[in-house]
Amino acid sequence: MTDQAFVTIRNAAKSYGALEVLKDINLTVNRGQIVAIIGPSGSGKSTLLRAINELDPLTSGEVWLEDVQINKKLPHRQYEAHVNQVRQDIGMVFQHFNLFPHLTVRGNITLAPRMLKGLSEADADKLAEEQLAKVGLSEKIDEYPSRLSGGQKQRVAIARALAMKPKVMLFDEATSALDPELVEEVNLVMKQLAEEHMTMIIVTHEMDFAASVCDRVLFMDQGVVVEEGPPSVIFHDPKEERTRNFLRKHLSR
Amino acid sequence: MGLDFTVVPSYFGVLLMGAGWTIAITICAGLLSFFGGIVFAVIALYGHWSLRLPFRGFAFLFMGTPLLLQLFLIYFGLIQIGIDLPAFVAGVIGLGLHFAVYNSELIQASILAVDKGQYEGARTLGLSRGQTLRKVVIPQAVRAVVPPMGNNMIALLKDSALVSVIGVMELTLAAQQAISRTYRPFEFYLAAAFCYYIVNLALEAGLRRLERRIAASR
Repeated sequence: MTDQAFVTIRNAAKSYGALEVLKDINLTVNRGQIVAIIGPSGSGKSTLLRAINELDPLTSGEVWLEDVQINKKLPHRQYEAHVNQVRQDIGMVFQHFNLFPHLTVRGNITLAPRMLKGLSEADADKLAEEQLAKVGLSEKIDEYPSRLSGGQKQRVAIARALAMKPKVMLFDEATSALDPELVEEVNLVMKQLAEEHMTMIIVTHEMDFAASVCDRVLFMDQGVVVEEGPPSVIFHDPKEERTRNFLRKHLSR
Repeated sequence: MGLDFTVVPSYFGVLLMGAGWTIAITICAGLLSFFGGIVFAVIALYGHWSLRLPFRGFAFLFMGTPLLLQLFLIYFGLIQIGIDLPAFVAGVIGLGLHFAVYNSELIQASILAVDKGQYEGARTLGLSRGQTLRKVVIPQAVRAVVPPMGNNMIALLKDSALVSVIGVMELTLAAQQAISRTYRPFEFYLAAAFCYYIVNLALEAGLRRLERRIAASR
């Protein structure tokens, strides 16, 4: 793995009126790196993640994927086309899965590749089968999402994102809405992606998972990155008082 | 003069033909009201103001005036400006647009009720606004709206009797013709009512099947 900067966030700031939710955040993620963002709710971690693919555009600052600036200022039409293009390279997994209930698992996975990459039905089907095999759900290909458990839904959502062959995957509390016994199957899929050197940025409340999978951990609070470093440092020897307080509450649970 | 239903069977063919036209009008106007309803809903929610404002006026016109008057306007009125529509076509357009406006109200509400996560899920894959609407939002909105829209379709079937006034030989007019020959209004209106009832039962059964089929995909 090379050490080149893959995702770069420079001087990111976001405010809603007088409320500043992100304040001067800088982050560089290298190719193949896995970064976890932790912090209390309202700390801005999801907002930062959603700024990366322009779901919640920044007020100021820059977001780059390799040598492409994602949040370029462009006239409306060009901006839309640009964003639609770059989003194809950025997979995102949501807390509430956001599967399309009116489509089967196959339909969920093949919709975007067929519409955006012009895949034939046969090629798209093959792609869906591959991605489902990867998340261990081959037999569910013709089911509707309503027939799946939460963990299965999330694995399908991951397969759907992977079908676009993204360069980076964003996980926004992917296991927070799951029953405890279903968390592990999703974590396993994410670990498998990590082994394949997928670049990932993960917003999570699961400290054990972050510690075992991630190369780097960011602790955010009140819109700033309080502390960042390798998990061994952040979880065992944090320097900041705020980090220690947060971890004390979370690890004792 | 007592009731005598024995005359009804000899006009069975006339009534059946009328019922056929009623069904044809209901299907054509129903389809127009369905697809028109989707188009109107999209215009009302996302259209440029230059489309949206005229549409509002148009919708108000169709909701605020009697359907009967609208049929007269389309059939008799348009001739004056050189548009001479066959009665069947005028009936389908009148009924179809009238109910399209009502369906549009339902579809607008259900588009707005589609979860914002659905937009986000689609947009993050790279789908444009239009693609997201077409492939993700509208199909879900339409599924959600099938039960209340079914009620509109049943109302449409019954209101199709109104096109008898512009001379479409549908069930009500067929019954009237039989009456004018036999002077037996009670028997034939009752027979016509019975036919409407049968067609409505079939329509309801179809709608229930449709609802069951889409239940899995919601």
